[in-house]
Amino acid sequence: MRTIKAQDVVDAVAKMCISANRYLPADVRKRFDECEAQEDSPAAKEVFRQIKENYELAEKTGIPLCQDTGLAVYFVEMGEDLRIDGMNIKDAIDEGTRKGYKEGFLRKSSCDPLTRKNVGDNTPSVIHLDVVPGDKLKITFMAKGGGSENMSRVTMLAPAQGWEGIKKFVIERVAEAGPNPCPPTMVGIGVGGTFEYSAILAKKSLMRKVGDKNPDPKLAELEAELMEDLNKLGVGPMGLGGKTTVFDVKIEMRPCHIASLPLAVNIQCHSARHEEVEL
Amino acid sequence: MAEYKIETPLTDDDMVKLKAGDVVKLTGTIYTARDAAHKKLCDLLDEGKELPFDLKGAAIYYVGPSPAPEGRPIGAAGPTTSYRMDSYAPRLHSLGLKASIGKGKRNDEVKKALKDYKAVYFGATGGAGALLSMCIKEAEVIAFDELGPEAVRKLTVEDFPLLVINDSHGGELYAVPDRKAAGL
Repeated sequence: MRTIKAQDVVDAVAKMCISANRYLPADVRKRFDECEAQEDSPAAKEVFRQIKENYELAEKTGIPLCQDTGLAVYFVEMGEDLRIDGMNIKDAIDEGTRKGYKEGFLRKSSCDPLTRKNVGDNTPSVIHLDVVPGDKLKITFMAKGGGSENMSRVTMLAPAQGWEGIKKFVIERVAEAGPNPCPPTMVGIGVGGTFEYSAILAKKSLMRKVGDKNPDPKLAELEAELMEDLNKLGVGPMGLGGKTTVFDVKIEMRPCHIASLPLAVNIQCHSARHEEVEL
Repeated sequence: MAEYKIETPLTDDDMVKLKAGDVVKLTGTIYTARDAAHKKLCDLLDEGKELPFDLKGAAIYYVGPSPAPEGRPIGAAGPTTSYRMDSYAPRLHSLGLKASIGKGKRNDEVKKALKDYKAVYFGATGGAGALLSMCIKEAEVIAFDELGPEAVRKLTVEDFPLLVINDSHGGELYAVPDRKAAGL
């Protein structure tokens, strides 16, 4: 049994919160260069120019990329041969969120759903924990902004609706969202599981690297097909028209009940902030 | 599409000349207010009390900035999605508000209010929080401090880059999604 100190988890998480909010990942930057090159309209090109200037400025000054530094969402893989000394894993991650959001001058956006009173330290974090073989701890972090999250939906389709039904729902959702979620967006799609599991799958898919292909060739094909259709909507960067409405589409799938076809669409704004650490 | 430099307070003449798609560099004083602050502003109006700032000729920026790091007046300060303020905006326009600044679509009631009261809806680039913060020279909380990031702030801006999304003549800039081309 391997043991690591809780404080090491706290510090690693805090560091990740700060750096992810300042540095747009290389996979996202690379994709934006490709998208900018395919745009003809001056408005679309101008949006990409501003996105680029923004991430260069954030990197140089330490000012966050976006004022919405998100709710802190984590996917955690904890080895079954690992023990955290001094704190429970979820408490350690929450403590890391508290520390990171305070020390990094990040906005605290967590509030009571009804009174709307701000909690003040951006907790509780949203933590999805998996126990896996081995003695390592892998934590993937995402700063999830509210504007794009609000445009996300979960639905229960009839099994007969199949792939065509899934496609229609996703396209209609992106069309309806229009300029609201800060396009170009990344669209995460969870198919199958149960009502709540489809949403977790959709969120998890957003943690994948931009530009990577689904390891399942059939799903890789569906991702490409859907991305092509979504970009025909012409919503464009910030809704001003153009060829890039979405910059990536990810699908995660899992078996479901014979009576059901759960579907979740989780929308990610262009500031696709994510980072990973292994302890 | 024209480019204008405009200073606050905003006048009817300033607003009427603007058309959807125009580029505006705004200089002067603007006020921040988003979800919870809008509710409080309207509660004050219901109670017949004075607002923390004069709405006549004013511009409201829908933003909840991140905390100011050392040496800066404000942290990242890009626009938040505007539709959540739609239920409050027409009332504020009727009392003299000339412009709101945000991102995303507005409803028909807001668009009608822009026509009725000679006002406009400006878009700023969503997510460009670091970039936009550079145009903010001063920031001071003037009301509802308890709301934290949602408090009302008085900002002094210089050449703040905006696009006219909805003008006072019914014009709109946003692209209409081509559902047919996408296979719907």
